[in-house]
Amino acid sequence: MPSPAEAPLLETQNLERRFGAARALRGVSLSVRAGECHLVVGPNGAGKTTLLRILAGLARPTSGSVTRSDGRRSIGLLSHQSQLYGDLTAVENLAFAGRLYGVAEPTEQARARLASVGLAERADEPVRALSRGMVQRVAIARALLHGPRVLLLDEPFTGLDSQSSELTLRLLAAEQAAGRALVLVTHDAQEAWELATHAHLLVRGAWAFSGPREASLETFLRRCREATHG
Amino acid sequence: MGEFLRVALAVAAKDLRVEHRSKTALVSAIAFAALVLVIFNFARDAAALSREALAPSVLWITFSFSGVIALNRSFALERENAALDGLLLAPVSRSALFFGKYLANLAFVFTVEAVALPLFVLFFGVDLTGVVGGIVLTAILATLGFVAVGTVFAAMTVRTRFAELMLPLLVLPFLLPPVIGAVQVTARLLAGRPLGEIAGWLRILGFYDLVFITLCLLLFPPLMDE
Repeated sequence: MPSPAEAPLLETQNLERRFGAARALRGVSLSVRAGECHLVVGPNGAGKTTLLRILAGLARPTSGSVTRSDGRRSIGLLSHQSQLYGDLTAVENLAFAGRLYGVAEPTEQARARLASVGLAERADEPVRALSRGMVQRVAIARALLHGPRVLLLDEPFTGLDSQSSELTLRLLAAEQAAGRALVLVTHDAQEAWELATHAHLLVRGAWAFSGPREASLETFLRRCREATHG
Repeated sequence: MGEFLRVALAVAAKDLRVEHRSKTALVSAIAFAALVLVIFNFARDAAALSREALAPSVLWITFSFSGVIALNRSFALERENAALDGLLLAPVSRSALFFGKYLANLAFVFTVEAVALPLFVLFFGVDLTGVVGGIVLTAILATLGFVAVGTVFAAMTVRTRFAELMLPLLVLPFLLPPVIGAVQVTARLLAGRPLGEIAGWLRILGFYDLVFITLCLLLFPPLMDE
């Protein structure tokens, strides 16, 4: 019997998702614990985003199960779209999210979260007026506002310049160090390799391999190449 | 119930704030209403059709078509940046999300109607003295139902490629009962007919509201599942 600290925050068993005759996911199982970072890598069309949407509760599996330690409240999602309203300011966007999640004093919490991602000065500007890197930081602040125990990230570095990517990586590392679990979906393992505790390769909807991270990125990439190209 | 209302009011306030900032949809809907009234005013053959005969239909065509334009923006703003995912991810009742969108849409459509009614009086020279209360009551009863239906269809079509085209095609057939009822009530009010002739139509409008608001509250949550 695992202790509460070791119990999975998010667990899936034999997930399968069909779209008509096509099988987007086949027998995918995953167990995510506090402080872990699961890197999910795969080519385009492998089913990565479908998996993340099922983990978040935005889509249902055709079969298999998903267990979240505290229901949907335990999940924060950073997708490759920001989920923000361009006409609202950064603080208004976060305060609205806070109200949905029942966060006490949502506006004050929103300002504090924006300060934690280095955007206190830009909190009252419309999201539409912010750069791509800043929007990504606002989106991270929004995803973390209600204190989720698991953060799901879909290609979090796409479209960011090197400085913004570095900043995003540092923010995620800090959250991981604070005990938050990360599930990070990407087509480029190199981007987040240093965060990863586990690495999984998804090919045509099924794990080609899955488990604790390899010692070196090169070994992992070689295994990926072998698995995807036979 | 407190949680339900808290979420619904947060969603409605957010929608109204977004619209207050952009004003795009409100201005478009009001301009559209004014254009419809102008076109009907000048297209009417004065020798063949009196203003009084045409006025009730024109009023409700204007209200319903400009209402559909207003409803189109309801979920269009959730499509930008996939904001809808952010709403659906929250651990709240999806019926509360629907009710919040519904409240915002009601405020929006009532605003369009409040601007269009004086324009209607101006263009058609209709005397509303003594019947304004009846017209307003009819507008409220007709709008409550059709906005509920429109909100659900706007949510259904938001993920389709041609949402702006699909919404009118789907929602207009459902607008027939309230529009027919409202036209009948308005025609009788303008003709100075007794209240007894109107009461039946008002009951039909009230029944439509009750049935469709309940159905929409029940249907919205499963419709939002992928």
